[in-house]
Amino acid sequence: MPDIAAVELIILVGAKSALRIGVDVGGTNTDAVLMDGRVVKASYKAPTSTNISDGIVSAISHVMEGAGVLAGEIDSVMIGTTQFTNAFVERRSLLPVGVIRLALPATRGLPPMVDWPVDLADTIGNHVHLVKGGYEFDGRAISPLDEQAVARAARELKRQGIRSVAICGVFSPVNADMEERAAEIVREEIPEVSITLSSRIGRISLLERENAAIMNASLTDLSTKIISSFGKALADLQIQASFYISQNDGTLMSAGFAEKYPVLTFASGPTNSLRGAAYLSGMKHALVADIGGTTTDIGMLVNGFPRESSVTVDIGGVRTNFRMPDILAIGLGGGSLVTGVEPVGVGPRSVGYRLTEVARVFGGNTLTATDIAVAAGYADIGRRDYVNNLPEALIDTAATRTHSILEDGVDRIKTSAKPIPLILVGGGAILINRDIAGTSEVIIPEHAGVANAIGASIAQVGGEVDKVYSYEKVGRDAAIVDAKQQAVMAAVEAGALEASVEMIDFEEVPLSYIPGNAVRLRVKTAGELHVC
Amino acid sequence: MLNVQAEAPEQLSLRVEDIKDLAQGAAFLGTGGGGDPYIGRLMAEHAIREFGMPEVIDADELDDDAAVFTAAMVGAPTVMLEKGTAGEDIDLSIKRLADVIGRQADAITPIEIGGINSMLPIVAAARLGLPLVDCDGMGRAFPEIQMVTFNVHGVSATPAVIVNEHLETVVVETSDPKRAEDIIRVAAIQMGLSVLFSGYPMTGKQVKAYSVRGTLSLALSIGRAICSGQDRGNPIESLLACLRSTDYYKYSKVLFDGKITDVRRETTKGFAMGHCEISDMDDADDRLHIQFQNENLLAKRNGQTLAIVPDLISIVDRETAQPITVEALKFGQRVKVIGTSAAPIMRSQKALDVFGPECFGIEEPFRRIEHIHDDM
Repeated sequence: MPDIAAVELIILVGAKSALRIGVDVGGTNTDAVLMDGRVVKASYKAPTSTNISDGIVSAISHVMEGAGVLAGEIDSVMIGTTQFTNAFVERRSLLPVGVIRLALPATRGLPPMVDWPVDLADTIGNHVHLVKGGYEFDGRAISPLDEQAVARAARELKRQGIRSVAICGVFSPVNADMEERAAEIVREEIPEVSITLSSRIGRISLLERENAAIMNASLTDLSTKIISSFGKALADLQIQASFYISQNDGTLMSAGFAEKYPVLTFASGPTNSLRGAAYLSGMKHALVADIGGTTTDIGMLVNGFPRESSVTVDIGGVRTNFRMPDILAIGLGGGSLVTGVEPVGVGPRSVGYRLTEVARVFGGNTLTATDIAVAAGYADIGRRDYVNNLPEALIDTAATRTHSILEDGVDRIKTSAKPIPLILVGGGAILINRDIAGTSEVIIPEHAGVANAIGASIAQVGGEVDKVYSYEKVGRDAAIVDAKQQAVMAAVEAGALEASVEMIDFEEVPLSYIPGNAVRLRVKTAGELHVC
Repeated sequence: MLNVQAEAPEQLSLRVEDIKDLAQGAAFLGTGGGGDPYIGRLMAEHAIREFGMPEVIDADELDDDAAVFTAAMVGAPTVMLEKGTAGEDIDLSIKRLADVIGRQADAITPIEIGGINSMLPIVAAARLGLPLVDCDGMGRAFPEIQMVTFNVHGVSATPAVIVNEHLETVVVETSDPKRAEDIIRVAAIQMGLSVLFSGYPMTGKQVKAYSVRGTLSLALSIGRAICSGQDRGNPIESLLACLRSTDYYKYSKVLFDGKITDVRRETTKGFAMGHCEISDMDDADDRLHIQFQNENLLAKRNGQTLAIVPDLISIVDRETAQPITVEALKFGQRVKVIGTSAAPIMRSQKALDVFGPECFGIEEPFRRIEHIHDDM
């Protein structure tokens, strides 16, 4: 049968009521929470350390201490991280990658990495091989797989010292057999190689899927390093429980799977904060604004999951079609600069992480959105008496401006005029205390500052199918049933409890200009982790 | 051969950096159809890097007896996302057509200026070292091969050649352009749904008389207007100002501003027929309904027609003015709908017989957009 994305068997030791630790390893902070069922027992923010492991150890040991829990009592650990995204964007620790595309004679007009930034393509190297193979939209072979050409390519890659290979076949989401056969051949030639198959991580659209596979292959070394430093941190803490890594769609993968597919962690940060907000507030349909120091990320929860972006996403200048939440970033945060002269302005420039040095309430000279919130009397941070002398009119105008910036952002992300709840998370949530137009209520849940780590701790297990069906051949109903069933099975194979698996997204797009009613179906499912 | 006049009109001299803007403008003129302009753009940029930039000429520079061929891709946009073109298939389609008519091509012309097919002729001209004529047969995009001005004026669509990546070739000869469309469509499915087409062999004289002139330049200006407008923070105004400064597209306005509240699609006879509903952000009862068949055909606000094919109906992102293809329409997108007059050559009765509302099963006569709206 055709393959589906992200299939992995996870055997889970963890129950809904069990003790879980959620960790968010960000660029600046490493946050941890300890959860007992739905209850947040403890939370802690530690600076992210250069060797990662120390920051995790510090954050986790603080929450265990705070909750009075011993290492042996922890049932599972869920980690969200932006380390891989950051490394790729900064071109750090990337491996040269061998690329084998199964496509000839098709696709020569657009060779692999044709649209990559030159510096990045040079870092990855130009080890590109096109061989005969690939499928048509309806599953017919374009050409039979040229196994000898794959073997030749593998031998050349071996001579060049390549240790990581990306394999991408035309229409592999429809049928992944050729990619899998090619992987076997490469492995025979280079036994120690690590291989990324595009069908495992991407959707229909050759270049974007191939890009994702190449990105993933380039992160192989780093993923071994980072995942093992996660493991080391847990071992240092004597935590025996299994650990999981959160993906960009708000679902989990096992540490072993994440090590193979680090690219699936891209953009998991905003997803975790949205999911954390859903969890903390108990809302399934709501807007979420994560207000940080410089920017506010606004997203929308649909069925408890982030609404996904419909446009392609560039990461480090490379185009992908990852499952990414639709996030609107606006220039409003706790550190946003307030200009006191008419017209009063708030942001988008910000003092960022220097807030606690330069803001008025911390004894500095710079007027920030935080100072206004304190002066207006609805935030209690720093020294209120330092902002006593601000003119009433300025406070009021700036506070109004702060709220109207958020209102405008909310209005831009909303999909219907109907007011819906707005959940505020992140440290900057203190800036808001008035009603926001277009929302039915504004909720600031407890523990809003560590929503990311909470989002990681409560992630579900998902499955996805993206396939082209001929309605004329199989009929619409049978096609939909088949796609749903495959997506459910994908979630179950990934470790979800079958009875809990729900369809969370369904998309039906007829392929234009094709008689025979060819339709592309995309189905996403998610369920609770299986309890053993 | 080519007779370059001393006082030729201002020449379009393309640079590789222009391709992005050209693709953007072509996506606007594509009125929702023609496929992902990004793929077309990459193919053009890649071909230019490999073979050099083709010379772009005005139709007036063609000798009356010059041989001009069209170059296009026929298939499904979604399939093109996977397969693109091989390259040699383009060369072969042009060469085989030359064999069949016994005359080498002197120049290449786009058949449509919307979507991928605005880019493919650049690839063909670059690969073959032929000049590219600044014109096309629609001034927009249409779903079928017979829906071009060349056909309106009696130019035969055939002999036409289609080629796939295996360099398998089908030569089609029929006296009826609609039959050519039907035969090619069926063959294209068997050939993998992303095939290269060359047809409508014409003389320079025919191109001068029957094409929609200057549309490559226009697409580039439109794309540039969107891009520079984005930099200045007023992309929609910039786009409208550009359209209004042109001869063809001078009647142009924002027909509606709202959020997509429903997208329904159905496949009938191989075409993506669809309906898109856009609701006013403040008044959900105020709705614009758009009917599309690969391209947007009809825009009705609360039952009242605001624009109708062959005039252009384009859906763009309301913040960036980025054109949105029908495949990419999604519930919740915030959009503006822009209605624009088609080129005069596209609005004659003869032309309407070939691509007027009736040809899409719409039981409503064509009305010029400037006649529908008092403020134009």
